[in-house]
Amino acid sequence: MIGKVTSRLKVGVALVAMVSQLTAGPAAAFCGFYVAKADSKLFNKSSKVVLTRDGNQTAITMASDYEGEPKEFAVVIPVPTFIERKQIGVVDTKTIDHLDAYTAPRLVEYTDEDPCRPMMAVASVRGVPRPMAMMVQRAGDRYAGVTVEASYDVAEYDVSILSANESNGLVNWLTDNGYKIPDGATAVLGSYIKQNMRFFVAKVNRERMQLIGNGYLRPLQVRYETAKFMLPLRLGTVNANGPQDLLVYALTRKGRVEAANYRTVKLPTGMDVPLYVKAEFGKFYKAMFDHAVERENMRAVFVEYAWDMGWCDPCAAEPLSNKELVELGARWIGDASGTPFRGGGAPAFVTRLHVRYDAKSFPEDIAFLETQDRENFQGRYVLRHPWQGGASCPAAQAYRAELPVKLAKQAANVVDLTGWPRREVEAQMENNGQAGMGR
Amino acid sequence: MPISHHIRLRVSRCFKRAPSYQREERSVLLRLLRPIWSDARHLQIVALTSLLTINFAAIDFGARPPASAFAVAASLITQAICARLTKTPLDLRSPLITGLSLSLLLRAEEPWMHAVAGVIAIASKFLLRIDGKHVFNPAGFAIVVLLLCSAGVWISPGQWGASIWFAALLGFLAIMVLHAARRGDIAIYFLLSHAALLCARAAWLGDPWAIPVHQLQSGSLLIFTFFMISDPRTSPGSPLGRFLFAFAVAALAHYLAFFVQMRPALYFALIALSPATFLIDRILPAPRFAWNVPALKGAPR
Repeated sequence: MIGKVTSRLKVGVALVAMVSQLTAGPAAAFCGFYVAKADSKLFNKSSKVVLTRDGNQTAITMASDYEGEPKEFAVVIPVPTFIERKQIGVVDTKTIDHLDAYTAPRLVEYTDEDPCRPMMAVASVRGVPRPMAMMVQRAGDRYAGVTVEASYDVAEYDVSILSANESNGLVNWLTDNGYKIPDGATAVLGSYIKQNMRFFVAKVNRERMQLIGNGYLRPLQVRYETAKFMLPLRLGTVNANGPQDLLVYALTRKGRVEAANYRTVKLPTGMDVPLYVKAEFGKFYKAMFDHAVERENMRAVFVEYAWDMGWCDPCAAEPLSNKELVELGARWIGDASGTPFRGGGAPAFVTRLHVRYDAKSFPEDIAFLETQDRENFQGRYVLRHPWQGGASCPAAQAYRAELPVKLAKQAANVVDLTGWPRREVEAQMENNGQAGMGR
Repeated sequence: MPISHHIRLRVSRCFKRAPSYQREERSVLLRLLRPIWSDARHLQIVALTSLLTINFAAIDFGARPPASAFAVAASLITQAICARLTKTPLDLRSPLITGLSLSLLLRAEEPWMHAVAGVIAIASKFLLRIDGKHVFNPAGFAIVVLLLCSAGVWISPGQWGASIWFAALLGFLAIMVLHAARRGDIAIYFLLSHAALLCARAAWLGDPWAIPVHQLQSGSLLIFTFFMISDPRTSPGSPLGRFLFAFAVAALAHYLAFFVQMRPALYFALIALSPATFLIDRILPAPRFAWNVPALKGAPR
């Protein structure tokens, strides 16, 4: 229940930039507003949304890398229907982390086999668990037509479901209740009101947060039935200072999810890259994503992963358990036990979409469609250690002769993928013991 | 008189004024080009093939060579078989357009679904006929049937990127203007109605204009506009009839998309309203359309 708050809360708009890193990143995100005290430090590192859909049954789970004072956090999300208490919950942060790690773009490492004794590849896999790094920008008559349809206590959150007839009343209500709405949001709220959407607003309840004693905020989940398969992004773009990143993990029964109103593009994958990339895979992946975004004029939704949830190859993390999938809303699988999901009964498919957006490049909320494409796809980059052993057979001579060509190709791949200068890439290769071979 | 005839006349007048060496060059060029512009379908085939080539070579819209080959081959073969069965002369231009349109629009888990689509499309032309005229645009009909059967197919949103979209729009408009006599006006009626409804919605919601502009930049909208609703064989005969039909399809599609959340709405709206063309033609009679000079009467092409 949103009562009178003693501190004035302000709405900040989350800005997300992505920085891939090899170490596991913190959990993360949201597709609405972030609210914080004017003087608080906000570090919403990225918006992460798990969008689970079976027919019209939809569950949205939002994780935030909010690092400000938990009690100053709040969110406003347009929802297409009235929400009952039982349709709201919190999800263990670890579950989203697990899904994130499972679907992460990966670096795969192979050692070339002895050219004289074919077969015997050794492979190891490394996920890029968490992108991100982020900053936040602050943005900046009363309740005519506003109805507080319900108020709920949901774990550490106070949640209200609002409906409104006109945006001014809604803005006043939000402002008076401690949400400071940025200029320009009124028009967007007005548009959602006319589309008969309601507003799910949540703030942190300090007492309950203390009682629970977590010290951090868990992802909120809302479940509802709707024909609208979309994510309301527009509120987050109001007054945003620069583009934001959003990761959508879509869990569906039939197949890959794609944007219905934007180009959906698979990221380049499967390329061999020089060994030095291992030490800076995060930097490489970020540069590659930036380059891909630039190539598409920031008007595309990128697929980072699309795979049957029952298995993975190579696995960046173990597949999720039945329990975790059900927790994320995939109730159709019909088994909530802690055993790993193998897809024996009802199948589940995950699509990891990465969007960089601002109001100009993504003027409209993203609408999605579930395709029946079950073809597996993963963002995967390959390191190949050359065979180091002594070998003198003719095949070994041929193998050595080919090495410079292969290394040149690896250098070209990195240049092509990231836009880094060729000279820089070659210098890095030289520093890493691949001297002169990249030319 | 079809506009292509006008062009030929005008060009032949030019010849008389041109010096003889130029005349020869031009006549060779003309002889090469004449077969292409003598029929709007030739230019349409060139345009669609170019788009498909761009898809395979440069900017991926999601079409795949095996699926496209299945769609085109199945459409052509079905046309050939049906022509033989019905003892009508064979013309492969329209089925080729159908196959190319299906290649650009339809996506399926299995490439052979495109063959099924091609067969349904062309067979519908021969089987679903009223007064000797087919009822549905073949590609549109196949898409709706397969979507309703939820047979592992979906429609590409056709986000080709702004530059390809504008190039395609200009190309399709140019083809339409070159063959203005061929009932292409329905494409403009539809595009304007659709755009007007999107703009009206944006105005009502208080949304920025960038939203309707973005909504219009869909490749599948262009294919629909210039190859399906404007199919002269399945659109009303009179200009007023065409306007009414185009507006009705735009309005129904708008309702389905925004109030019923049905996507893709355009195809459903067109197929649902296609039978109404017979009613419109009865109220607003006009001579029936036939491609080019109807040398071969009654052939479903």
